Amino acid sequence: MSHELIIGLYIFMLAGFIGYGIITGIPPLLHTPLMAFTNAISGISLVGSLVMAGNDASVLTTILGFVAVLAATINVVGGFLITDRMLKMFKKKGGRR
Amino acid sequence: MNVTVEILYLVSSLLFVLGIRGLTHPESARRGVFLAELGMVFAVAGTVVHPDIKSYVWIIIAGVIGSAIGVAMAALIPMTKMPERIALSHAFGGLAAALVGVCHYYLHGAEHLSHFTMGALGFEVLFGGLTFTGSLMAFGKLQGILSSRNITYPGQNAMNIGLFASALAILIYITVNPGAAFFFYLMLLVAFGLGVLIVLPIGGADMPVVITLLNSYAGLAASATGFVLENNVLIIAGALDGASGFILSIVMSKAMNRSFTNVLFGAFGKVDESATKTQASGAPVREASVGDAAMILSGATSVIVVPGYGMAVAQAQHAVRELAEHLEKSGTSVKYAIHPVAGRMPGHMNVLLAEANIPYEQLHELDEINDEFADTDVCLVVGANDVVNPAAKDNPSSPIYGMPVMNADLARTCIVLKRSMNPGFAGIENELFTKENTVLVFGDAKDTLTKMAEALAS
Repeated sequence: MSHELIIGLYIFMLAGFIGYGIITGIPPLLHTPLMAFTNAISGISLVGSLVMAGNDASVLTTILGFVAVLAATINVVGGFLITDRMLKMFKKKGGRR
Repeated sequence: MNVTVEILYLVSSLLFVLGIRGLTHPESARRGVFLAELGMVFAVAGTVVHPDIKSYVWIIIAGVIGSAIGVAMAALIPMTKMPERIALSHAFGGLAAALVGVCHYYLHGAEHLSHFTMGALGFEVLFGGLTFTGSLMAFGKLQGILSSRNITYPGQNAMNIGLFASALAILIYITVNPGAAFFFYLMLLVAFGLGVLIVLPIGGADMPVVITLLNSYAGLAASATGFVLENNVLIIAGALDGASGFILSIVMSKAMNRSFTNVLFGAFGKVDESATKTQASGAPVREASVGDAAMILSGATSVIVVPGYGMAVAQAQHAVRELAEHLEKSGTSVKYAIHPVAGRMPGHMNVLLAEANIPYEQLHELDEINDEFADTDVCLVVGANDVVNPAAKDNPSSPIYGMPVMNADLARTCIVLKRSMNPGFAGIENELFTKENTVLVFGDAKDTLTKMAEALAS
């Protein structure tokens, strides 16, 4: 087991705890935007898809990578936009529309 | 290791964490989204300079098409369809993770993969595949393409447990023998099948738990991708998503007083038939006309609205606000009581009421408002059923006994808007409907609310 992977496990564990700590503080009011938002963030698998779609290694991996980039981009772009669209609607009393 | 790229990834990880922290308050939430967007730009910028990328043609084409679809979906999907859109996005997330995993295995084969990497890769493909088909099933059920009733057949649980056990066995086998390509692809197939079969039997009312669990799986699959590619920003973003889905599914299960296993291996299916029968022999209900209901409301000084999935189906959120405006004009206080599992996903009702321009200070959580019902003149139930069922408090033989519910029955008068006398989603009789201080107004909720508002205005 390489050093990199052990570090990876530490990172995973700490990120999980940070996520747990922050997310338990998010009011149920915003739980739907939260789901759309974290979904957009985990569209970061785009990073892996980009390399697969562009490495010219084989026809198969280019096709699969292409589909992966497509799916991940829909999530990232659509996810952030729809989160913002929802959050824009949450207004305080007397707030303008 | 390219230092610039690593620093970009580091900054983007920080921005993701700060972004999510923004969501702890509605005031700071949009700034949070902006920070995370910035983080995503940095992460993508750090990746496109990757030395392994030789051609940008397909990346650009996929990126442009994907962005166009993403923009169109974000702009056009009505708020009432949000659970469907979230289910679809989990499917895309799972698919992307699974495909990256398959590509990685195909390219690097057995000989270059350590046992640890192979384990992470297997996990990624297993959970990615399962999330993909499972989320498509959830989407189908929410959209009404598939029956949203519980679909059961004999030996179902044994079959699902067996499949899951065999998927895990294959995962362990390929971790030990990374060269076993046949088993790797077999596991992908089993994962696809598992996603279909696990979600198939789950009824519509349990969707909040299913959606949040799939959210968690999509995140874990992304995190596993990070282990395979040795990319820390992926590990972090996936862990955040996984934690979020996990917490939400705990919140949902608690709000239904059920365990994960109970939801996944569905006890509700069995309850259905007997409960529907008792409904038919139930006590008489008091039906009121729109005019009667408006009369009751005009005499009230305090009103609590309890919305449910029926409000989303009837798209009645704007009509609710119109009625509330008329009431507030004459000095009546109007509050909204939101049960955690009202609707088909966490926070579903809040988003709809916010869309109707209702200030968020008026939206109250269960614990916050539940003691106020007893001092309230009118409780107006708009398309909610199980979340206002008093049987959960006092009938130990009820399938939902123990679930925290709104004290709608304690309000002086309870007006229930209902489409028909058909039993609710879980098919459980609701004693609230036959109580002495309850009146039912039948019809389309949006239509009824609009007419009530007109009656109040005149």
